[in-house]
Amino acid sequence: MDYETLKKNARHRRRAGKALTYCLLTVWALVVLFPFYWMVLTSVKSYGAYNSEWIPQLYTLEPTLENYVQAFTTVPLAGYFINTVIFALATTALMLLVTIPAAFAFARLQFRGRDVVFTLFLSLMMIPSELVVITNYVTITDLDLRNSFPGLILPSVASVFYIYLLKENFAQIPDELYYAAKVDGTSDLKYLLKVMIPICKPTIITITILKIIECWNSYVWPRLITDDQAYYLVSNGIQEIRENGFGRENTPAMMAAVVAVCLPLVILFLIFRRKIMAGVARGGVKG
Amino acid sequence: MEQNNRKAWLYLLPAMLFLGVFLVYPLIDVCVYSLEEGYNFASQTYWGLGLYNYAYVLRDPYFLQALKNTFILVIITVPVSTGLALLISLGLSSIRRLQELYQTIYFLPYVTNTLAVGLVFMILFKQTPYTDGLVNQVLSWFGAGPIDFIDGPYWAKMLVLCVYTVWVVMPFKILILTGALASVDRTYYNAAKVDGTPGWRIFTRITLPMISPTVFYLVITGFIGAFKAYSDVVALFGTDLNAAGMNTIVGYIYDMLYGTSGGYPSYASAAAIVLFAIVLTITCVNLLVSKKHVHY
Repeated sequence: MDYETLKKNARHRRRAGKALTYCLLTVWALVVLFPFYWMVLTSVKSYGAYNSEWIPQLYTLEPTLENYVQAFTTVPLAGYFINTVIFALATTALMLLVTIPAAFAFARLQFRGRDVVFTLFLSLMMIPSELVVITNYVTITDLDLRNSFPGLILPSVASVFYIYLLKENFAQIPDELYYAAKVDGTSDLKYLLKVMIPICKPTIITITILKIIECWNSYVWPRLITDDQAYYLVSNGIQEIRENGFGRENTPAMMAAVVAVCLPLVILFLIFRRKIMAGVARGGVKG
Repeated sequence: MEQNNRKAWLYLLPAMLFLGVFLVYPLIDVCVYSLEEGYNFASQTYWGLGLYNYAYVLRDPYFLQALKNTFILVIITVPVSTGLALLISLGLSSIRRLQELYQTIYFLPYVTNTLAVGLVFMILFKQTPYTDGLVNQVLSWFGAGPIDFIDGPYWAKMLVLCVYTVWVVMPFKILILTGALASVDRTYYNAAKVDGTPGWRIFTRITLPMISPTVFYLVITGFIGAFKAYSDVVALFGTDLNAAGMNTIVGYIYDMLYGTSGGYPSYASAAAIVLFAIVLTITCVNLLVSKKHVHY
C-alpha cells in the first residue's frame, strides 16, 4: 500500500464520517421540527377533513383558516392573550425596577455587610419555587388578591438570578469612569441612569427577553391563583381548551389555538436569537 | 460612609422587600406549616405540633405512586438526554456549514410553551375513535398493534412522558455542551493529531475530561429539573393526574393545595420538604461522586 492510497482512504473515511454526522444532525432537526409542522398542519385542516382521516395525512391540499376564526370566537383566546401581555409586561417592568437598583448597590456602592448580604442573596437561588408557592398561595388568598393582576404579578417579580447577572455586568465597568463622574459632581443615581444602564444595555435587554419568555410560559402560579376565566393566561387557556373547549374532539381548532400561543415567542426568538441563547448559556434555567 | 450606607440599603430595599415577602418568609413558613397537625384552612387553627403530616404523606398511596413515577422519569430521562445531547453536540461542533441553522432549530423547543407543544405530542400519540394517531400508524408498519399511549397501560404512558421530557430538555443541554466543546483548547487536538491518536481515544482522553465539569453540571441540573416535572405531565395527561396514575411529586403538592382534592397546605408543605430533601441529597451525592471523577 503506497502513500497515495493511504491518503485516499483517509479522505474517504473522513467524508463518510461527515455524511454520517450530517445525517444524525438532520434526523434530530426533524424530530425537533416535526411537532411544530404537525401543529401548523393540523390547524389548517378542516374539521371534517381531519376527522375523516383514519390514516393521518402528512400534508393537506385544502388549507383553511376557519379553525383560527373558531379558536378566537368560541373561546376567549384574545382575552387570554391580552391578560398574558399585561402580565408579562408589568412583571418584567417591575422586575427591572427592582433588579437594576439592587445590582447597582452590589456592584458600585460601598456599604457595611455588602459581601455577606450578597452571599445571602446568592444562596436564595437554591430555594426551589415549589417550596415557597404554598405560603405565597396562602398569602395572596389572605390578601384577597386571587383572580387579580397584583396577585398574579407580585410573587413573580423578584429574581435573584437576574440581579446576579446584572451585578456581574455592572462590575465590569471600570472604576475610573465612576471617579471621573464623582469629580464632576454627578450623583449616584444620575451615574446609574446616564452611564451604567446605557453601557449594560445588552444584558438588560437579555434579562428582559428571558423574563418575558418566562412569563409567557408560566403555568403553575396562574393556575393556582386564578379560577376566573377573565384572568386566565394563555397556558391556562390552553389547559382549559384541552379539558373542555371546542367539545374536546375539535383537534384542528385546538391546534389553531396552540399555534397562536406559540407564534409570538417563536418570532421573538428568531429576532433576538443570539441574545437569548447567550443569556441562557450564562446559567439560565427553564422558567 | 454613613450616608452611603443608608443610600445603598435604599437601593436594595425593593429587592429585599419582594424577596423577603415572597421567598424568605415562605421558606420559614413552609417548615412551620409542615409541623402543624390538623391545620384547618378555613379557621386557620391546628391542634398540635409534630411529624404527623410527614407520616401521612409518606404513607399516602398517591404520594408513593408520585414518588415512583418521578424516580422512573428521572432515571430514564437524565442519562438518555445527556448522552443524546453529547452525541449531537459532538456532531454539531465538528461541522462548519449549516452549524448556525442547526443550532437555531435545536434551541426552538426552549422558547415554546411546554403545555402547548405537549398537546401536539398528545395528539401524535393519542388513540381516538376517529384515528389511531400518527405514532400508532408508524408502529403498524412494523406490525405492532395500536397502543393507547395516553389512556392505556402504565409503561406506554411513561414512555410518552419520557420522550416528551427528553424533547423538552435537549435544547438547554445541547446549547451548554456546544459551548463547552468550543472552549476546549485546540492545541490538545493538534498534539493528538501529530501522535496519530485514533478518534475514540481523543474523545475519551481529551474531550470528555475537558468537558466533564459541564457534563456534571448538566447531570445535576437535569436531576433537579426532572424531579420537579409537572407542567409537561399536565399537558399530556390532563390535570387529574392521580386518576391517570401519572402524578409526580410536584403534582401531588399542588393537588394537596388546590383543586378537587386540595385544601391541605400542611400535607402539601410536608411533601414539598420531602422533595427538597431528596433533591438536596442527590445533589450532595453527585458532588461527592464528581470529586473523584471530574477533572478540572
